[in-house]
Amino acid sequence: MTQMTMIQAITDALRTELKNDPNVLVFGEDVGVNGGVFRATEGLQKEFGEDRVFDTPLAESAIGGLAIGLALEGFRPVPEIQFFGFVYEVMDSINGQMARMRYRSGGRFSAPITVRSPFGGGVKTPELHADNLEGLMAQQPGLKVVIPSTPSDAKGLLIAAIRDNDPVIFLEHMKLYRSFREDVPEGEYTIPIGKADIKRQGENLTIITYGAMVHSSLKAAEELEKEGISVEVIDLRTVSPIDTETIVESVKKTNRAIVVQEAQKQAGVAANVVAEITERAILHLEAPIVRVTAPDTIFPFSQAEDVWLPNYTDIIEKAKYVINF
Amino acid sequence: MFKTFQILNEEGRVVNEEALPELSNEQLKELMKRMVYTRVLDQRSISLNRQGRLGFYAPTAGQEASQLGSHYALEKDDWILPGYRDVPQLIWHGLPLYKAFLFSRGHYVGNQMPEGVNALAPQIIIGAQIVQATGVGLGLKKRGKKAVAITYTGDGGSSQGDFYEGMNFAGAYKAPVIFVVQNNRFAISTPVEKQTAAKTIAQKSIAVGIPGIQVDGMDVLAVYSAVKEARERAINGEGPTLIETLTYRYGPHTMAGDDPTRYRTSVLDNEWEKKDPLVRFRKYLESKQLWSIDEEENIIEQAKEDIKAAIKKTDEIPKQKVTELIDIMFEQPPNHLKEQREEYVRKESK
Repeated sequence: MTQMTMIQAITDALRTELKNDPNVLVFGEDVGVNGGVFRATEGLQKEFGEDRVFDTPLAESAIGGLAIGLALEGFRPVPEIQFFGFVYEVMDSINGQMARMRYRSGGRFSAPITVRSPFGGGVKTPELHADNLEGLMAQQPGLKVVIPSTPSDAKGLLIAAIRDNDPVIFLEHMKLYRSFREDVPEGEYTIPIGKADIKRQGENLTIITYGAMVHSSLKAAEELEKEGISVEVIDLRTVSPIDTETIVESVKKTNRAIVVQEAQKQAGVAANVVAEITERAILHLEAPIVRVTAPDTIFPFSQAEDVWLPNYTDIIEKAKYVINF
Repeated sequence: MFKTFQILNEEGRVVNEEALPELSNEQLKELMKRMVYTRVLDQRSISLNRQGRLGFYAPTAGQEASQLGSHYALEKDDWILPGYRDVPQLIWHGLPLYKAFLFSRGHYVGNQMPEGVNALAPQIIIGAQIVQATGVGLGLKKRGKKAVAITYTGDGGSSQGDFYEGMNFAGAYKAPVIFVVQNNRFAISTPVEKQTAAKTIAQKSIAVGIPGIQVDGMDVLAVYSAVKEARERAINGEGPTLIETLTYRYGPHTMAGDDPTRYRTSVLDNEWEKKDPLVRFRKYLESKQLWSIDEEENIIEQAKEDIKAAIKKTDEIPKQKVTELIDIMFEQPPNHLKEQREEYVRKESK
């Protein structure tokens, strides 16, 4: 075990896979000699050479196309999109192309590609850096969307994503990059994609969440505990496909649930979680399932983040509403 | 600056002796056979479409020199990333005819390239094939293979962002890629003059710092030579080339209700019919006593028989099931698809 931040755990996962598999290629804008704008690829070009870790011209669409073409020649591309707000430039390459590769070729070709990209609010970034756009990707058949919230999850999930023979979108919350350290196992290990994790056991209420909201939810759970409310916190870890089994099992035990996301109410994946619970466990519910989300406006000007982003007090408020329903 | 490269004129006479490619008599005849065969395939595909026995179809008549002359310069190991009109190149690269028909009808088996055939199914998103071809080219370069990726788009496609991005990346990486723009002067109803103020498409290569050449796309020997040379440069590590072929489609844009008389004059049609790649190459071969009416009729008969057999085989392919579509989504099906699969197994067993 080594104490690592999430960004260190990500670098460690990339290093592990670059070492394990000569087909793994890491590329994007400034990921080479610069080591990435967040240092996620720090030292990797020096260790593995320019043939394995390389910079690209500044054009997201072609980065996606490059990944697809390299996959056709048997490589395992791990491209980076510098900020996920820039995904619109590469929506066709990801959603229109790599997500469909196996299907459209009738299984003849595949796209074992992992697209890494930072996102998430709370660090006062300029426009279109922090937007929560996972909901767009979660709606695309053929993609898996992974969002870790801890260093050890990040490493195990990233190794699993890279080894997956179908495309995975791996979204890294900027606020979590260096916000805390955690023991991370050395060497290689994987965490299955599509499997949620119960970050806190509880009896009275289930909070289903992901990304930075996992930590806000855990803080809210601590506060609620003081008032005698026992909260179970489920970290989805993969937002598409979602682990309905773990969610439903928990709701059957607690009979109450809220879903917490940083994205706007009309975005994200919370509505899908609510629908799955409704379809599968409605007779176990003592109260409606309520969502904690951001308001349905464009992502805020940086000075307005504090009043816009959902936080632990919003969660406490909704939790109490559901408890007292 | 970008003069049109031509070897055979409209009368089938050699006007550029020193550029004449080294092709044996057999190879010259093979080129003619492929063009005649493909012209028949186009005629038959249009009538099969009208009978409802084919689905999506983008006519190819007029573009035989551009499509098949360029393909003939390739090797088996080369990759083709075609646009939606580029089915003929796939067929001559190894895609069985019945699969081409299944692609037209909308059946996944049509897109299952046989092992060893390096090609994707025709790309519908105009420009996407360009950025992907660059990735394949970089892949070939990294593997140290002496092969290239070739990709095709039309004159309209040269206005897309991906067109520029793909060529620019290939230039920056010196990737072995050949970009072919088949300029048939119209993107559906929009003439090339409304795509760009550039006098040629070939000159767009300047923006990315790679060689560009404009070729008489109705001249099979000129197209062959240009691609052959681009391929040599590419496998020698000298990077990509943009080739613009000046060509014309005699038919509509697609068979989905497009009516070219709304936007093309008969004067223009007649002008381009005089440039027919088959006519001029036939004259050339006849002048060398390499071609006869009998030979041409044999090819036409052969094509018709092959097409009949292929359509029959197409009819015999089992209908698609939802469970099959689920099975080709992922290597390992996620739980939600397992669940949905079970539902459809029940429905399909009824």
